[in-house]
Amino acid sequence: MTATTADAPPPGLRLPRRRGTELVLLVGAVLISVYGYIDVGLARQSAVPGDAVSYGAGLGALALLGHLAVRFRAPYADPLLLPIAVLLNGLGLVLIFRLDLETPRNQAAPTQLVWSALGVALFAAVVLLLRDHRVLQRYAYVSVAAGLALMIVPIFFPAVNGAKIWIRVAGFSFQPGEFAKILLTVFFAAYLAANRNALTHVGRRMWRYQFPTGRVLGPILTIWLISVGVLVLERDLGTSLLFFGVFVVLLYVATGRTGWIAMGLLLAAAGAAAVGSLEPHVHSRVSDWLHPFASIDAGRGAGQLAQSLFAFAAGGMLGTGLGEGHSALIGFAMKSDFILATFGEELGLVGLTVLFLLYALLVARGYRAGLALRDPFGRLLAVGLASLLAIQVFVIAGGVMGLIPLTGMAMPFLAQGGSSVVTNWIIVALLIRISDSARRPAPPAAEAGVIAAAHPGGRSGASAGPYGEEDTPYWSGYGFGPGGGKERER
Amino acid sequence: MNRYIRRASVFGLVLLVALLLNAARVQVFEADAYDANPANRRTALTRYSQPRGNILVDGWPVTGSRDSGGRLRYERTYTEGPLYAAVTGYASQVYGTSLLEHAEDGVLSGTDPRLAPVPLWTDITREQQPGGDVHTTIDAAAQRAAFAGLGGKKGAVAAVEPRTGKILALAGTPSYDPNELAGTGRAVTAAWDRLNRGGEQPMLNRALKQTYPPGSAFKVVTAAAALDHRKVTDLDAATRTPSPYTLPGTSTRLGNEAGGCANASLRHAFEVSCNTVFARLGVDVGLDGMTETARNFGFNDADLKIPSTAARSIFDTDMNDAQLALSAIGQYDTTATPLQMAMVAAAVANDGEVKAPHLVDKVTAADGRTVSATRQRTLHRAMSRDTARRLQELMTGVVTRGTGGSAAIDGATVGGKTGTAQHGVHNEGTPYAWFISWAKRDGARDPAVAVAVVVEDAAADRADISGGGNAAPIARAVMQAALR
Repeated sequence: MTATTADAPPPGLRLPRRRGTELVLLVGAVLISVYGYIDVGLARQSAVPGDAVSYGAGLGALALLGHLAVRFRAPYADPLLLPIAVLLNGLGLVLIFRLDLETPRNQAAPTQLVWSALGVALFAAVVLLLRDHRVLQRYAYVSVAAGLALMIVPIFFPAVNGAKIWIRVAGFSFQPGEFAKILLTVFFAAYLAANRNALTHVGRRMWRYQFPTGRVLGPILTIWLISVGVLVLERDLGTSLLFFGVFVVLLYVATGRTGWIAMGLLLAAAGAAAVGSLEPHVHSRVSDWLHPFASIDAGRGAGQLAQSLFAFAAGGMLGTGLGEGHSALIGFAMKSDFILATFGEELGLVGLTVLFLLYALLVARGYRAGLALRDPFGRLLAVGLASLLAIQVFVIAGGVMGLIPLTGMAMPFLAQGGSSVVTNWIIVALLIRISDSARRPAPPAAEAGVIAAAHPGGRSGASAGPYGEEDTPYWSGYGFGPGGGKERER
Repeated sequence: MNRYIRRASVFGLVLLVALLLNAARVQVFEADAYDANPANRRTALTRYSQPRGNILVDGWPVTGSRDSGGRLRYERTYTEGPLYAAVTGYASQVYGTSLLEHAEDGVLSGTDPRLAPVPLWTDITREQQPGGDVHTTIDAAAQRAAFAGLGGKKGAVAAVEPRTGKILALAGTPSYDPNELAGTGRAVTAAWDRLNRGGEQPMLNRALKQTYPPGSAFKVVTAAAALDHRKVTDLDAATRTPSPYTLPGTSTRLGNEAGGCANASLRHAFEVSCNTVFARLGVDVGLDGMTETARNFGFNDADLKIPSTAARSIFDTDMNDAQLALSAIGQYDTTATPLQMAMVAAAVANDGEVKAPHLVDKVTAADGRTVSATRQRTLHRAMSRDTARRLQELMTGVVTRGTGGSAAIDGATVGGKTGTAQHGVHNEGTPYAWFISWAKRDGARDPAVAVAVVVEDAAADRADISGGGNAAPIARAVMQAALR
């Protein structure tokens, strides 16, 4: 089987647009959220919350805005992406509203609603303005520069709760590292799309292994090391882990070399060992994970992780019901990093399973778009963004449930955090854009892509659309673009 | 590239499965262990999220609940805290519960499974039940009389209904206000520290949890043993007892406070409380006979629950004859709770049967449905019916002719026995004044009440302390209240 037959959709098959499906699902997502909101009100105040209508209307308006943007500018996009995002964001708002009842002097839901609106606005802007995802390929180095800059800036701001990841200007806090995730993923995807052949085939061969040349490996390792170094300095190990994970996945997908994964894991193990023993912040996280009840045994009461485990356990199979749990005992970070504990306590294992499946569906649709797409950059970008979501959910959910050491990170869409919500909306916008390309019926020129396997350089699908790889010459100056030889997909 | 994307997506699937399995582990398999962790405050939060059920006296609640608005939301209130403290105990967010609040906590807090109308379904829905009510056997008038009678003195009163074992009064002084311990705040810890500091021990339930040497009040038990073992057959026959009496195997000579004790009859010895006669009778009955009778009255029982556990009253089972002689007059290491001595009086009044004393009449759910009712139960037969009748005669004699005259009540038959118990090294401690008694309304079939009063007042002049002088008037007031 040649690569092209696997990569390209069968020509002539007209995919349905499914915009109506999307609209119906959106209505469902909004209704479920409003139902949750009313449920909290009934449980806590024995009355329907006064602003249930406006909450529903607001969420509905946001959903409609997103839907219209998609309908006009990405009519072939995957119909599941937007409704899942709206549902997750709506449930997040319900949970934050519910937790606000425990902290009357610290209301987070209104702010979160504003950020969600901003996120949807940016979503719409990306869908409307970015006509083709391949444009991003051109800005790979701009992205990486901006991403690194965003990550470095918080070093000059004071630490918040032990992590230097915040910028605070006039009472307005902001986590620039969140945006850096997208920018670095774009860079990784673009660079690897351009250099995957060089990474695979060029370089010295030692014993059974092929080592890429320093020229190929150099920039990528440098940038990765800088980003990880900055993050260690900022003590934001969650994001560091996330970059690392996305990087390794993309490297594997781009080159198909299992050796990269082995090397990545080796590097990760070495890094983890070094950081774990040298960095007290990380060291305490690891010992908390190994002994979540140590502080109880020491007579200091339950620590945050123990409280989180108690919350999940209290939920049991069916949960206590929205508004009827005691996850407020977690205290600090209950609305952000630990919001999943409230979900687990009040909706139980059943609710949590549904939530994980929603995330899994979102991620799966991202991978699916990557599978159906023809340009390597788009594929890598789709896989990168989907992996970003998957790893982030795993790292934070595994952390608060005692599966892996806890690293501070936001549950996508669910947790309190403006930069996070906005970033996730942009990720979904990019996935919408990519899935639109992937599902769009191929124009006649693209059908010629079937012969791309014979084309030197193997730029399968590159001729589709106005931004062919010929138009993205950023690598040409480096001299290690796709080399000659027959493209091998596997 | 597709193969690798698929493999990457399988990696995502592995992560998902790991999360789901871990969630099942935490939420299902290890949930019970996490729930039971003492640092998990959810149990406490649930418990205080609703008003606590009430404790009722004569059908009226003596407790209440106040919404504090805090996290441990509903706090306990007591309408007449010090008066009923020995009955209710306290319920505190900080210090937990005691006495009836503790013993009936499941019902009061709503966790008792019997409260659920449909038990299995309620298990599944985890629906919380409203707290149930505990109806006590306490007679408000008797309780008031006991508490007022003790007044500023240190002491305790226990009163039971002989026929049923219902506890009519249970009071101790000095008392405290359990209102001070309800809730969370700094005031609660301050009150706790204050109540536990110093020697007054206001939170000690003297009627139930404190034992005293019973002194001459124990002679009722000795007399029962002597009569049951036929060491005395005629109440008015002379007992051949010298005064003073030399304790067997020693040169210690035991004397009497009263006169006319040499060779006194049992009746006279009982009425004026001759030590010599009863010490010798105890030796005559022997260790086995004495311990058997004492046990049948309820001594040496560590499991007496009313439903709070009463302190164990002790009659030693391993003594020489000299020690036995002293024990027979309520000294040496014989000790008893006021409740136990009330049971002694009740046994006499109830023709020899000791009924299980109980404080809870019935328990009802919030909707009024009766969850359980306490049935009267016989603990032991302390003595034969005949012996009981003769003891009734002896005890009435104490009130009409002997040391207990101040307990007499018009229109009622009253039987009593005084006691003055020395204690401390060389008997230098202030003696305890005892009075145990029972009363039967003239013409009534059953005795109405049996009472035990102990006064341990350090402020009183030593010479004034005697069962007849200090304790009998209190017992009389309680009996009058119960007779009404």
